[in-house]
Amino acid sequence: MGEQAFFIAILSSAVIAGTPILYAALGELITEKAGVTNLGVEGMMLIGAVSGFMAAIVTGNSWIGLLAAMLAGGAMGLIHAILTVSLRANQVVSGLALALFGSGLSGYLGKAYIGIPVTEPFRSLPLPVLGDIPFLGPVLFRHDVLVYLSWGLVLTLWFFLKRTRAGLFLQAIGENPGAADSLGIHVFGVRYLYVIVGGMLCGVGGAYLSLASAPSWLENMTAGRGWIAVALVIFALWRPGRALVGAYLFGGIDALGFHLQAAGVHLSHFFLQMLPYIFTITVLTVVMAKRGGRLAAPGALGLPYDREER
Amino acid sequence: MAMTVKFEKRLNPSVAMNVAVPLLSVLAAFLLGAVFLTLTDRDPVEVYETMFKGALGSRYGLSETIVKAIPLMLCALGISAAFRMQLWNIGAEGQFYMGAFAASALPLKFPDLPAILMLPGMLVLGCLAGGLWGLVPAVLRARWKVNEIITTLMLNYVAILWVDYLVYGPWKDPKGFNFPLSAKFSATAALPTFGDSRIHVGLLLAVLLAILFWIVFEKSRWGYEIKVIGSSEQAARYAGMDIRANVYKVMLLSGAVCGLAGMAEVSGIVGRLQPNLSPGYGYTAIIVAWISKLNPAAILVVAILFGALQVGGFFVQTTGVPASVASMLQGAVLFFVVGGEFLTKYRIVLSRKEVV
Amino acid sequence: MAKPLVQMRGIVKKFPGVVANDRVDLDIYAGEIHALLGENGSGKSTIMSVLAGLYKPDAGEILIDGTPFAFASPRDAIAAGVGMVYQHFKLVEPFTVAQNLQLGERQGSFLLSDVGIRAEIQKFEVRFGLAVDPDSPVWQLSVGQKQRVEIVRMLYRGSKVLILDEPTAVLTPQETAELFVNMRKMAAAGCAVVFITHKMNEVQAVADRVTVLRGGKVSGTMLCREVHAQQLVWLMVGREIALNAERCPRGICGSEVASLKNVKAFNDSGRTGLNDVTLSLRAGQIFGIAGVSGNGQKELAEVITGLRTVTAGTVEYLGEEVTNLPPVELIHRGISYVPEDRLGMGLVPGLDAVENMLLKSYKHPEFSSGWLINRRAAEAATAEIVRQYNVKLAGLSQPVRSMSGGNLQKLLLAREIAEHPKLIIVVYPARGLDVGATESIHKLLMELRDQGTSILLISEDLDELMKLSDRVGVMFGGRIVGNFAIEEVDLEEVGLLMMGLFRSEEERIHGDDR
Repeated sequence: MGEQAFFIAILSSAVIAGTPILYAALGELITEKAGVTNLGVEGMMLIGAVSGFMAAIVTGNSWIGLLAAMLAGGAMGLIHAILTVSLRANQVVSGLALALFGSGLSGYLGKAYIGIPVTEPFRSLPLPVLGDIPFLGPVLFRHDVLVYLSWGLVLTLWFFLKRTRAGLFLQAIGENPGAADSLGIHVFGVRYLYVIVGGMLCGVGGAYLSLASAPSWLENMTAGRGWIAVALVIFALWRPGRALVGAYLFGGIDALGFHLQAAGVHLSHFFLQMLPYIFTITVLTVVMAKRGGRLAAPGALGLPYDREER
Repeated sequence: MAMTVKFEKRLNPSVAMNVAVPLLSVLAAFLLGAVFLTLTDRDPVEVYETMFKGALGSRYGLSETIVKAIPLMLCALGISAAFRMQLWNIGAEGQFYMGAFAASALPLKFPDLPAILMLPGMLVLGCLAGGLWGLVPAVLRARWKVNEIITTLMLNYVAILWVDYLVYGPWKDPKGFNFPLSAKFSATAALPTFGDSRIHVGLLLAVLLAILFWIVFEKSRWGYEIKVIGSSEQAARYAGMDIRANVYKVMLLSGAVCGLAGMAEVSGIVGRLQPNLSPGYGYTAIIVAWISKLNPAAILVVAILFGALQVGGFFVQTTGVPASVASMLQGAVLFFVVGGEFLTKYRIVLSRKEVV
Repeated sequence: MAKPLVQMRGIVKKFPGVVANDRVDLDIYAGEIHALLGENGSGKSTIMSVLAGLYKPDAGEILIDGTPFAFASPRDAIAAGVGMVYQHFKLVEPFTVAQNLQLGERQGSFLLSDVGIRAEIQKFEVRFGLAVDPDSPVWQLSVGQKQRVEIVRMLYRGSKVLILDEPTAVLTPQETAELFVNMRKMAAAGCAVVFITHKMNEVQAVADRVTVLRGGKVSGTMLCREVHAQQLVWLMVGREIALNAERCPRGICGSEVASLKNVKAFNDSGRTGLNDVTLSLRAGQIFGIAGVSGNGQKELAEVITGLRTVTAGTVEYLGEEVTNLPPVELIHRGISYVPEDRLGMGLVPGLDAVENMLLKSYKHPEFSSGWLINRRAAEAATAEIVRQYNVKLAGLSQPVRSMSGGNLQKLLLAREIAEHPKLIIVVYPARGLDVGATESIHKLLMELRDQGTSILLISEDLDELMKLSDRVGVMFGGRIVGNFAIEEVDLEEVGLLMMGLFRSEEERIHGDDR
C-alpha cells in the first residue's frame, strides 16, 4: 500500500469510527450544558443500536430504524430525567443504572436478531465534485449520509448555542439555575427536554454502529464508546467544534490499530485496541491538569436544583 | 380550597423506607421484566419459575448460586470501601482481571512451588495487582481532580485486553489445541473446596472480609476518618484529616479486594487464565453494593440474590430466553432503588392551601 | 395621599424551625426610596423574597396597584413589575452583559439580536446614569459594575418596583455614592425603590422612609427626616440593656495568649476581608467582637484557626509565630473553634452525636485503643456531656441534623471545651437559641473564662457581648474601629460604630476607608 493511500485509509476510517462517538458526545454535551451528568450513554447507545437494528430489519427501512433508535434513546433519557431532575437522585448512580440496564436489555432484545443482515444499511454516498478532490475527497466526502448529517449537527449546535435565545437559556440553566429560575426560565422543564434530546442523540450514535459502520448487531457492540464519549465532552471543553475534532481523533486511534496490523506492523492487535482507552485517560488528565479544563465545565453540573433550599 | 402535593425534605432519612425501597425495587424490576418478556411473546411466570427452580431448586443450583455469588461478594465489598468515601470505583471489573492475571503468573511460571507458597503467593499477587490498578486513578483524582469514574472504567477495558493478549499470545497453552487458554494450573494452585461441591474457600474469605470490613469501617479510627471525609470534606479539613492520603489508601484497598476476587475465581473455579473470566461481576457488584447501602452483611445476602439471578439466567437459556434477561433485571433493580431513594429523603405532603 | 404601589398585608413565612416573617405589613409608594432596616435574621430579606416571587407566603396577601397577586414564581413577579437585585447576583458569569440582559427579556425572537438592547442601555445611561458595556463578560466586571448590570436588567424588563438586597455590602464608598445617585434618579422617574440594609448611615443618606424589622416582625415605619439614629438603634436591637449584676468580678487579665499584628487577608470573593487588624487576646479574658456579619469576623476567626491564608502581618500564639500553620497544628497547640457554620463544618450532619464528639479526639487514648475506636468510652463521655450541658437529642445514635439549633450549639461547644483549649474562638454562639439555651451557653463561657481560657467572642448580639465581655472590639469593613474595656463601653456608641456611623465628621471620612 502506498504511503498516501495508507494515510487516506486511516483518516477515512477515523471519520467512520469517530461518528458514533461524535453523536453520543454531542448528546452528552447538550445534557451537560443543561447541568445534568448522564453516565448512561453506553446503555443508551446500545439501546439505540439494537432498536434501530430491529426496526430496520422488521421494516426493511434503515431510516425507520434510525427513528426507532432516536425514540428508544429518548425514552432512556426520559427515565434519567425523571430520576435526576424530579426525584433528585444521585446523577452518577442513575446514569450507571441506565448503562447497565441498557446493556442487559439490548442484549436480551437483540439476541434473536444476531446474524441477520440489514436489508439497506446506510451505504457510502460520495458527494459529487467534493468526493473527487484528491486526498480530501476520499477522506471526507465519500461517506454515508449520517456522517454528513453529523457535520450539520455540529454546525447547528454551534449556531444554536451561540446565536439563539433558546441556546442561551440552555447554557444559563447549566451555569446558574438559580439565576435562570429567578428570570422566569422553567428550569425543570428545560432540563427534561435536553436530557431527552441528549438521549436521542446517543441512540443515533448507537444506531450508526448497527446500521452503518458494522452493520450488524452484537451484544455490547459499543465496547466502551459511550464512556469515551463522556470523556470526550470534557476534552472538548463543552464546545461542539472541539468535539468533532476529538471524535475523529479517537476514531483515528481506534482505526490506527486495525490499519497498522494490516500494514504488517508486528504489535499485537490487543495493544492497539487498548490505545483509545489509554488515550482517553491521558487526554483527560492533561485537560484537567491545566486550569482551563476544570473551569470550562458548566457551573452547576451534577447538582440537582431545589428552589427553596436554604 | 386547593389540594397541593409538596415534597418536604426529611430531617432523618426514613429507616422504614431504607428497607422497604430495596424490596419494592426488586418487585418492581420483576414487573418491568415481565413487561418486556410479554412484549417478546414469553410467559413471564414460566420464565421466572424456571429461573428460580434452576437457581435455588436443586443442590447443584444452590451450589452454583453461591459460586456465582462469591466474586460478587468480594467485588462488592471492595467497591463499598471506595464508595464510603464517595470515590466512584467503577473499575472493579478491571481490578478483577488484573488480580486474576497476576495470580496466574505464579502457577504458570513456577508450577512446582509447594502449596504453602503457591496459594498465599497468588493471593498476595492478586491483591497487589488489583490494588495498583486502583491506585492509578486514585493518583489522577487526588492530584488533578480527574474524574475517577472514567479512568477506572477505561482501565477495565485495558485490563481485559491485557488478559486477552496473554492468553492469545505468550501464555497460550502449547498443548491447548490453539484455544486461547493458558496451561492448566497444578493442583497446588487450586483453592480448596467444600466437600465435592464447586464452592471454594473464597466464600470464607468473603465472609471474613465482610466481618473485617464491618469492624474496620464501623469501629476503627481509620474507618471513622473515612466516614467523616465521605460525609463532609469541609468538616474533615476542619478536623485536620489528611484527605489525599486516604484517597490513596482506600483505592488501594478497594482494588486489592477486587483483585482478590479475580484470584479466587481463577484459582478456585477456572483453574487457568482465559478470556471472559467475568460475565460482568465488577459491574453487577456495583449494583449489589449500592442496594446493600454499603453494609457488609447486606452485601453478602444481596450477592446471593444476584448470584441466583445469574444462575437463573443461565438456566432459562434452555427455554430459548437469552441469559441477558438476568442483567436486564439487575439493572432495573438498581434504577428502581435509585429512584426510590427519593422516598427516603423526602416526605410527600398533601396540604390544603387557602387560595388567596 | 396617593395609594401605595405595593401593599403587603399580614405576610407570614415559615421555614423548618423558624418563623422568618410574622404577620408583616408593608406599604411602598411609587417615587419613594424605602429602606428596610434590621439585623441578620430579622426577616428583611425573606419579606422581599416573598414580594419578588421567590418564596410563597404561608399567609397574607400582596397587592400591586390595588390588584391582588399570588406569585407562583419569580417570573410572575417580574411580569407584575417587581424586580429584585439579590445579594448574591443572579448573573451568569461566563456570559456577556448583553447575553445576561437577553436572558431576562420578556418576549424574544428566536435568533438573538442585541440591537434593541444596545439602544435601551444607551437610554438607561442617559436617564439614570447607569453605564454598562454590553460586550464585557460578566466575570470580568467589578462588583459595582455587576450590580449595575443587575439593576439595568430589571429596568430593561420593565420593573416598576426595584428591590435591592444589601446593595452596598460589596461596594466601595465611591460606588455607594454613585448607587445612591442612581437610586434617586430612578425614584424621581416614578419607580418604587426598596433597599434592604443594616447600615444606618445609608438609611439617613438616601431613604425617604424606613421600616425596621426585628425578630420577624415590623417594629416601626417612619419618615427618615423625622427619626434619629438612636431611635433606629433602639428599634433594631430592642431591649433595655442592663449590665448583668451576676457577673463574677474579674481577676486581673492574664498573660497574652495570642496576638494579631497588622493582619490582612482576602475574603471568599477575593476582596479585602481583613484590612490591617491588630488585636491582643489574654488568658482569663473574654474579648468580644461586635459588628454586623460580613465585616471581617469570619475571616478573623479563620486566620487564627488556620483555615484562611494571611497575606500580610503575623499571628502569634503563646509567644510563637503561628501565621499560616495548618489547622491540625493549631488544634494540637490548643486553639479551639466553634464556627458559625454549626452543621456542615463544626458538626457532620449525617453522623450521630457520639461520632461528632470524636471529630477532633478520635485518636486520643481514652477513646481509642490501638486502631479501634472505643465506642463505649466515647458514648459514656458523650452521655456525660449531654447530661452536664442538658443537651436534648433524639438519641446518641441519631444523626445530629435532627437536633435543634440550641442543642447543636451546646454539643459543639462542649466538644471544643473538652479539649481544654487555651484559646477558644466562638462565633455567634447564641444565634437562633432560646433564652434557656442562651443562658447555659453563656454560663459555660464565663466558667471557661474563670478557669483561665482566653475567649474570642464574635457576635452581633450587643446584649450578649455586654454581658460577657471583658473587652469589646468593634469590626467594620475588615478593621477594628473601636477597642474598649467593658467599663468604658457606651452601648450607644458601639451600636453606631457597628453601623458605620462615626462620631465625628473626620472619623466618617477616614474610618470608612477600605
